[in-house]
Amino acid sequence: MDLQTLTYLVVGLSFALYIGIALWSRASSTSEFYVAGKHVHPVANGMATAADWMSAASFISMAGLIAFLGYEGGVYLMGWTGGYVLLAMLLAPYLRKFGKYTVPEFIGDRYCSQVARVVAVICLIFISFTYVAGQMRGVGIVFSRFLEVPLETGLYIGMGVVFIYAVLGGMKGITYTQVAQYCVLIFAYTVPAVFIAFQFTGNPVPQLALGAETGDGGYLLARLDGILEDLGFGRYTGPFNDKSMVDVFAITLALMVGTAGLPHVIVRFFTVPKVRDARRSAGWALVFIGILYTTAPAIGALARINLVTTVNGVEGTGTDYQAIPDWFRTWENAGLLAWVDHNGDGKVQYAAGEAFDGGRPVFDEDKRTGAGARQVTNPGPGIAEGTAPFANEIYVDRDIMVLANPEIAGLPDWVVALIAAGGIAAALSTAAGLLLVISVSISHDLLKSTFARQISEKSELLAGRIAAAVAIVIAGYLGLHPPAFVAQVVAFAFGLAASSLFPVILLGIFSKRMNHQGAIAGMLSGLIFTTGYIIWFKGVFIAPVAENISANWLLGISPEGIGAVGMVINFAVALTVSRLTAPPPKAVVEMVERIRVPL
Amino acid sequence: MKPEAEAYWKANLRLICGSLLIWFVVSFGFGILLVEPLNKFYLGGYPLGFWFSQQGSIYTFILLIFFYTWRMNHLDRKYHVDEV
Repeated sequence: MDLQTLTYLVVGLSFALYIGIALWSRASSTSEFYVAGKHVHPVANGMATAADWMSAASFISMAGLIAFLGYEGGVYLMGWTGGYVLLAMLLAPYLRKFGKYTVPEFIGDRYCSQVARVVAVICLIFISFTYVAGQMRGVGIVFSRFLEVPLETGLYIGMGVVFIYAVLGGMKGITYTQVAQYCVLIFAYTVPAVFIAFQFTGNPVPQLALGAETGDGGYLLARLDGILEDLGFGRYTGPFNDKSMVDVFAITLALMVGTAGLPHVIVRFFTVPKVRDARRSAGWALVFIGILYTTAPAIGALARINLVTTVNGVEGTGTDYQAIPDWFRTWENAGLLAWVDHNGDGKVQYAAGEAFDGGRPVFDEDKRTGAGARQVTNPGPGIAEGTAPFANEIYVDRDIMVLANPEIAGLPDWVVALIAAGGIAAALSTAAGLLLVISVSISHDLLKSTFARQISEKSELLAGRIAAAVAIVIAGYLGLHPPAFVAQVVAFAFGLAASSLFPVILLGIFSKRMNHQGAIAGMLSGLIFTTGYIIWFKGVFIAPVAENISANWLLGISPEGIGAVGMVINFAVALTVSRLTAPPPKAVVEMVERIRVPL
Repeated sequence: MKPEAEAYWKANLRLICGSLLIWFVVSFGFGILLVEPLNKFYLGGYPLGFWFSQQGSIYTFILLIFFYTWRMNHLDRKYHVDEV
């Protein structure tokens, strides 16, 4: 069987599984549609949370980012896991005790304010749509690379599958499909990692292999540090090559707090039967997430060493283009790799520095050079950097590190097919979770509670299904026609969650004195500051006002990390304003006392 | 708030403060602020600060949540607020 057929088979089987689960777990009430009837076992919920949380970016891009960032890749590893500690101790158990359906509902009830609730809905919808557009695009990209169908077709198939189980099954359907998707994605992620770890170090556990010795003596990381230094890069394990300490600190904090404030993650803890299950479930979620997140740095480092040794050869002088392995040409044809022969020796060489002007290669349509490589119109000056023996001649897209790794390491075809199914599972599970919180917010927070209070449960359920269907179509449209800012909004989603939702929820539980004036003032100031800062440097909708370089940043904090400052501002403003205004009514104080105890 | 619930909440806050202190020390402390001095020590082939940033902090987070869960179940029973 060739790779193409095998990939179709594996992906097709995984889809059949998801749709089968969806048909088995149809939702019949609003409680089942919104929170799976609160019957989900904490371990199953942990697995579903892990799939919900780990997106196409975690699966496809993170290891590649780490491969090129080295130590600084740790901001994603710590940032995207540390938030679960905050969730387990500061939010999840109390929100579960609150016992209703949505995050804006908690904010509305706690602060007796429809305004606060609507502001929360707007934040939620904005965060979720920016996120979901990336997922739909991820589905399309995996399809187009592995199944060689046009990106649009891949996206339509993905929309169709999500449509079936999200619209039919609501939270109940999504939960059990996410459990299946977790199994597919973690298997697909770890199997190639085990193979490669074993090839390099003789130790099959990637987490141990990264700290182990390689076949020819010496520790793997020390060898990688040495190789990279010789080529003019910073040391792989050395800190603060590309980012300053204060920026690493701020980004990590913003990602942690942002994770804890993301509505589609919080709402997963509404689905378990008891308060103590919410705590335990957060622990299990982090176990399942941790399996991938502790494997990723091993994949990153091994992929980097693999790339250097394959391209520069055993001698370290470069590899003749005619002798380069097939995968190099495959990804070159896909436009994710490019080569320009700066020194005219016919060999491909990899070192520090940019091979092309502006970083990315611009291909001259399908034209080829004499050697058979793709013609590029923007070669850089081709000067060797620092101590490097030659100038860098290649461009490597970070995303191919995970996708191409099995091919680079020469693994069997079924492993490559698995990667495709895993990438699709990661993207679909996250997309479904996001689409559900959007539709529930519309049918429950806006329709049922604000604009059409008299509708029956049956109509509310129907409204939820219609909202889910509409949200899928909009998400698909955003995936097909990504607004120019999509690549820049990941910082936005986390910054917004950190600076708006997290502080008001936390203060709602831990401060009895917090009132609606404080909450709204805090939310708005955090939101406006963070949004303003990101737009100032990244220019969403408008041109950037100032160049996005560290000299211009406030306290040396990049837009990615500014959510941490926004959060501090939110807390400060909320606490000050609440002390200057009347305390909240007695009923609210009693509600806070009630959610603090499990019974 | 009833005195017993009050005491339960105080005990919970103490537990949270202790746990978050560890959370901060392993990630922001060992993984970021002290990474340079710690990198002079090794854990197998891992420089120690690098290990905390890319492996150790995640393991600690997992242990912390289960520790908190275990202690809270204990407190729930002690103050008679556990769910049946």
